[in-house]
Amino acid sequence: MNGFWSYWVIILTSINIAGALWLLWTTSRKRPGDQGPSEETTGHTWDGDLSEYNNPLPRWWLWGFYASVIFGLGYLAFYPGLGNFAGRLGWTQENAWAADVALARKQSDFQLAHYDHMNLHTLRHDANAMRTARNLFANNCAACHGTDAHGSKGFPNLTDADWLHGGDPTAITTTITQGRVAVMPAWEAVIGPEGVEQVSSYVLALSGHPGDAQMQVQAKAGAEKFATVCAACHGADGRGNTALGAPNLTDNIWLYAGNVETIRETVGKGRNNQMPAHAAKLGATRVKLLTAYVLNLSGAPDEENEEPEANSLLEGSTHEPTNTAGTQAH
Amino acid sequence: MQQTEHYNDRVVRQFALMTVVWGIVGMLVGVIIASQLLWPALNFDIPWLTYSRLRPLHTNAVIFAFGGSALFATSYYIVQRTCHVRLFADKLAGFTFWGWQAIILSAAITLPLGITSGKEYAELEWPIDILITIVWVSYAVVFFGTLAKRRVQHIYVANWFFAAYIITIAVLHLVNSAAMPATLFRSYSIYPGVVDAMVQWWYGHNAVGFFLTAGFLGMMYYFIPKQAGRPIFSYRLSVVHFWALISLYMWAGPHHLIYTSLPDWVQSLGMVFSLMLIAPSWGGMINGVMTLSGAWHKLRTDPILKFLVVSLSFYGMSTFEGPMMSIKSVNALSHYTDWTIGHVHSGALGWVAMISVGSLYALIPRLYGLDRMYSIKAIDIHFWTTTIGIVLYVAAMWIAGLMQGLMWRALNADGTLTYTFVEALKATYPYYAVRVLGGFMVFSGMLLMAWNVWKTVSSVKRGPDIPVLAPTAH
Repeated sequence: MNGFWSYWVIILTSINIAGALWLLWTTSRKRPGDQGPSEETTGHTWDGDLSEYNNPLPRWWLWGFYASVIFGLGYLAFYPGLGNFAGRLGWTQENAWAADVALARKQSDFQLAHYDHMNLHTLRHDANAMRTARNLFANNCAACHGTDAHGSKGFPNLTDADWLHGGDPTAITTTITQGRVAVMPAWEAVIGPEGVEQVSSYVLALSGHPGDAQMQVQAKAGAEKFATVCAACHGADGRGNTALGAPNLTDNIWLYAGNVETIRETVGKGRNNQMPAHAAKLGATRVKLLTAYVLNLSGAPDEENEEPEANSLLEGSTHEPTNTAGTQAH
Repeated sequence: MQQTEHYNDRVVRQFALMTVVWGIVGMLVGVIIASQLLWPALNFDIPWLTYSRLRPLHTNAVIFAFGGSALFATSYYIVQRTCHVRLFADKLAGFTFWGWQAIILSAAITLPLGITSGKEYAELEWPIDILITIVWVSYAVVFFGTLAKRRVQHIYVANWFFAAYIITIAVLHLVNSAAMPATLFRSYSIYPGVVDAMVQWWYGHNAVGFFLTAGFLGMMYYFIPKQAGRPIFSYRLSVVHFWALISLYMWAGPHHLIYTSLPDWVQSLGMVFSLMLIAPSWGGMINGVMTLSGAWHKLRTDPILKFLVVSLSFYGMSTFEGPMMSIKSVNALSHYTDWTIGHVHSGALGWVAMISVGSLYALIPRLYGLDRMYSIKAIDIHFWTTTIGIVLYVAAMWIAGLMQGLMWRALNADGTLTYTFVEALKATYPYYAVRVLGGFMVFSGMLLMAWNVWKTVSSVKRGPDIPVLAPTAH
């Protein structure tokens, strides 16, 4: 806000408050010739019987009004409000928020510090750790994956053994810290609407849904197209490739629903999906807790030496998350 | 008088009856969407029955159809009675009735179809916005034309409030609805980002301040002294609270955007001016309630007066609660919870609906040359069902809102949130049920009113022409 607008705000605000004060002062002071309370009306009559007394302003009301104005002026002296004048406290909502977050973070880090040196195997069997992890999941993951982690359309189910990007501790840690981006290109322009139908029928057949006679004919033609355009990512046998996030198409587990319409949509128009990166938000300890929790959810085998490789944690993701105080939010 | 002039009560009768009709429609939609929150399946998977489309229909119907018709009816009635003249420009007044009804009908069609500008309480798209402008300017011409040809020197206090409301709503509507049309049913606001949000809530809160407060205070300033048979308590209190109210209200809008990307200084001004609004708001309540002093015994026999007094109590309560909710630290707890919904309905049902219903019960018989409504008993039953219904509604939302606010911020020792969003939602369910019950009681009261109005007016063949009363000489 430049100087002119700042003064504009200050002057308008002051005029309005001063006006209210003047109005109060001028109407509350006694003048010679004032009628006593409720003795006579002002002398005006409307609609036959409407008239007005001119009682003095109730004192408690008057002083209440003054008090609210004084509070208001005091507030504007200490807090930002009058244009560019920052207020004597130098308060801003961003600083206040950052201080709150920093404090909460500090307390939380303190509480979680003893998990720093536990391995995944220990954490998976630690009831307190898993209770915290459940809360972390509910706060950070459930919005997309569901409170029960069963996922929904576009958001993977985390309770089965099927993994888009791999289900070993390293892969899960990487997914949580760095996030994932997976793109399925749109094929309609390349293989035509008929090709889309053929490939879709083949994909359904891969999962054991051959469909009616017509679809079986389509699937035969689809198999050839699959080998040329789809196999590059999904593999010749359709079992997918976790390095690319290409789903296994033979297990009857569907990210976007397994009906023929949805599959045609996927093949024809493509998909673009993203899991956000959480390293900065959560920090390494919370990520480790969540990794242990997700491994438990999916019932992954529990081995003594299952530790994520160090490089799966995003560079710079230390025990102190990067935006602890939210100072980099802008 | 050389020739007998009569009041134009035809347009008043039209608006008064439609107030009852739109009250029923608006509150029915309210009960439906309240039930949908309890039983989501009630949208039957039909797009135009979804909550997102019916909710703006509910707000538009109760504010602009029900509240608006009540304001048109009473302002046209009061300005004629207190200026001792017939309404200016009969044809234009008639046009405002049909124009306003056309606007309401187009809202009832376009909103369920999903045609919306997305601005709360200003959802209607640009062609309807233009019609609103034309009707509103006509309204202003009729009202101020009548005021200009008044036969008494002093303008009665009710008319100050009506005048302020008519002028301000015109300004608010024009500024907030400024948009670039893309197609017949689609337009884009001319304001960018946070400026758009600020303009929207400058409009939104002043719609509360001028449409739902100033306008209905105009109603209060006529029907309370009339029904109580007592002079207004204090002329100078009227002066102070009128000017303080209309000037301070203008700044209060930013309290809807506390702890958002709105700059700190605007948020602070919104909060400070909201707090300074308590006294001016209460001035109206004091003037109304103190007018009744000396006539309290009438409350025993006159359910209309009960409506009017209880409406003032709700008015005082919500105009205290609102400023409290605008305090930043309180807002951090209350914002985005059902507390806001409770606050709104304590104002909208407790104040706006009750003062309107009370005024209509006083007004309708007079418009048909009768002494009173067909059934006083029915008014009394209406009063109690409405009062209990509102208390249930508002209390349920207060509890639910506080609970949500506290659950959302509850932290475990490990720094995680104690509850997920869905747990807070689940905990709210019983209160949603109480809300449906309370809302249904208010709605059924309106049905009783419709029956009572029907019984009252159907006995009259034709609304009488009432001669204009000569001003009292003094």
